[in-house]
Amino acid sequence: MDADIKNKLSEKAANVRKGIIEATYSAKSGHPGGSLSCADILAYLYFKEMDIDPADPSKPGRDRLVLSKGHAAPALYSVLAERGFFPAEDLKTLRKSTSYLQGHPNMNYVQGVDMSTGSLGQGISAAVGMALGGKIKNAPFRVYAILGDGEIEEGQVWEAAMFASAKKLDNLTVFVDNNNLQIDGAVDEVNSPYPIAEKWQAFGFNTLEIDGHDFDEIENAVNAAKTHKNGPTAIIAKTVKGKGVSFMENKVSWHGAAPNAEQYEQAMTELMQK
Amino acid sequence: MSDIVKTATREAYGKALVELGGINKNVVVLDADLAEATKTIMFKKAFPDRFFDCGIAECNLIGVAAGLSTTGFTVFASSFAMFAAGRAFEQIRNTVAYPKLNVKIAATHGGISVGEDGASHQCCEDFALMRSIPGMVIINPADDIESRQAVFAAAEYEGPVYLRFGRLPVPRIFDGSYKFEIGKGVTLKKGGDVTIIATGLMVGAALEAAETLQNEGVSAAVINMPTLKPIDRDTIVEAAKKTSLIITVEEHNIIGGLGSAVAEVVCESAPVPVLRVGVNDVFGKSGPALELLDIYGLNAANIVEKVKEGIKIKG
Repeated sequence: MDADIKNKLSEKAANVRKGIIEATYSAKSGHPGGSLSCADILAYLYFKEMDIDPADPSKPGRDRLVLSKGHAAPALYSVLAERGFFPAEDLKTLRKSTSYLQGHPNMNYVQGVDMSTGSLGQGISAAVGMALGGKIKNAPFRVYAILGDGEIEEGQVWEAAMFASAKKLDNLTVFVDNNNLQIDGAVDEVNSPYPIAEKWQAFGFNTLEIDGHDFDEIENAVNAAKTHKNGPTAIIAKTVKGKGVSFMENKVSWHGAAPNAEQYEQAMTELMQK
Repeated sequence: MSDIVKTATREAYGKALVELGGINKNVVVLDADLAEATKTIMFKKAFPDRFFDCGIAECNLIGVAAGLSTTGFTVFASSFAMFAAGRAFEQIRNTVAYPKLNVKIAATHGGISVGEDGASHQCCEDFALMRSIPGMVIINPADDIESRQAVFAAAEYEGPVYLRFGRLPVPRIFDGSYKFEIGKGVTLKKGGDVTIIATGLMVGAALEAAETLQNEGVSAAVINMPTLKPIDRDTIVEAAKKTSLIITVEEHNIIGGLGSAVAEVVCESAPVPVLRVGVNDVFGKSGPALELLDIYGLNAANIVEKVKEGIKIKG
């Protein structure tokens, strides 16, 4: 990847992370850990890859993204705001009773949100339905779904995977945000989803394993998915929960907790230097 | 009675889908390995490119329907009532109803008349489950004529709809002039002593009961209530005021379905006794459908008894 583009993406990802901290700090709740872990993937997709238009957010031919791990809403809102779908200032209204920015995304309230999610395991089915719709219409749009590694403990994920593969949905790319932590602890201690790649492979997916914070690797994987025919692709992205904020990294306690004033200052200072 | 043509409402559903699919190219149908039984197989044969079998995976079925609808399709997703409203309840709630998507959940094999398969497949809870979801439209047609119109009305309506069809062939009630409208009850017989409000399979039994009552000197009105939600408040209130006694009849648990919906309206707006005929908060069992309907009190004789009980309360 061109150095200029990479710098731009790094800057965008840092802004997305600032938005996540800003929003959860203001809300005094929310899920910063799993939002920070998928920030680079979202920054890449929204600033380099996806055919979308903030001026025409529901154009029929657009690429679509389903945040199946809906609790990472702060990350989705932040990248949408950064991309110009709505004012970044609104991120501070997250989870407030007067806000359109719900704790988990609602597609009817927020420009650019393609599916309401929050109940784990359900978003991927909707993404599969969108990809099927694209195939019926012979429309060239692509569908992306972002799942948590804890989320894939849900049985519905595998119902959806089996169907996507059976229907040869090569317009579907699934990301597994493999930050290795879920609410009750490390995923392999709670109810191990490992080996993850082998499971998707067994369900007929083209499977790629990458560093989910490396833009070159994200780009290569996304492009490989686009050229893979007759079946969907799963990108298992190794990530760090809380990535970019030192005291949040790899700490399960930051799954669903907001920073206090002091922590907020420190997090923003760290992210300013990125 | 033997020369009366009987059609299962699921059969009428299948035929209506084919008719609809011919007119509306945006209709896509999904099933979960029950296409033979739900009759979506008719659509599959007519429009193989717009039919998709999700296999035995109802939760995914509903999610796929939701996603498909966002790409501009009117989606009918079918399974048995037990596995659609029951198993996939939360998927319907969160991925279809919450985002107000244009998905029609067309469930067949509702109620006790599933018959021999027994309690595991006899869904008498679907109205209650679906009624509890904000914005859900619930339609339970009584015969083939009403089923056809309900399918077309559901397709025309933009948003989530739950349709319940039955396995058992039932006699035709309506003629060609019948007009179904979402949210409207239909008075089938006028009467001054009691109003019987029935839905789906039980409309026929309600008419039969009214005839028996007539011979015994009791004038019973009969209202067909195909839409359980939004419920037709005006028609219910008018009936309560006019006859001061209401009997509800449904092939569903007496908790949470038509009886509850009617009682809620009556209590709020025109308090009079409401007595409910339905499955009396028990699980069903295996047996021929018609036998089961008698065993669980879903027949004209039991409606007549309930009316007499009501008249005593009314005084």
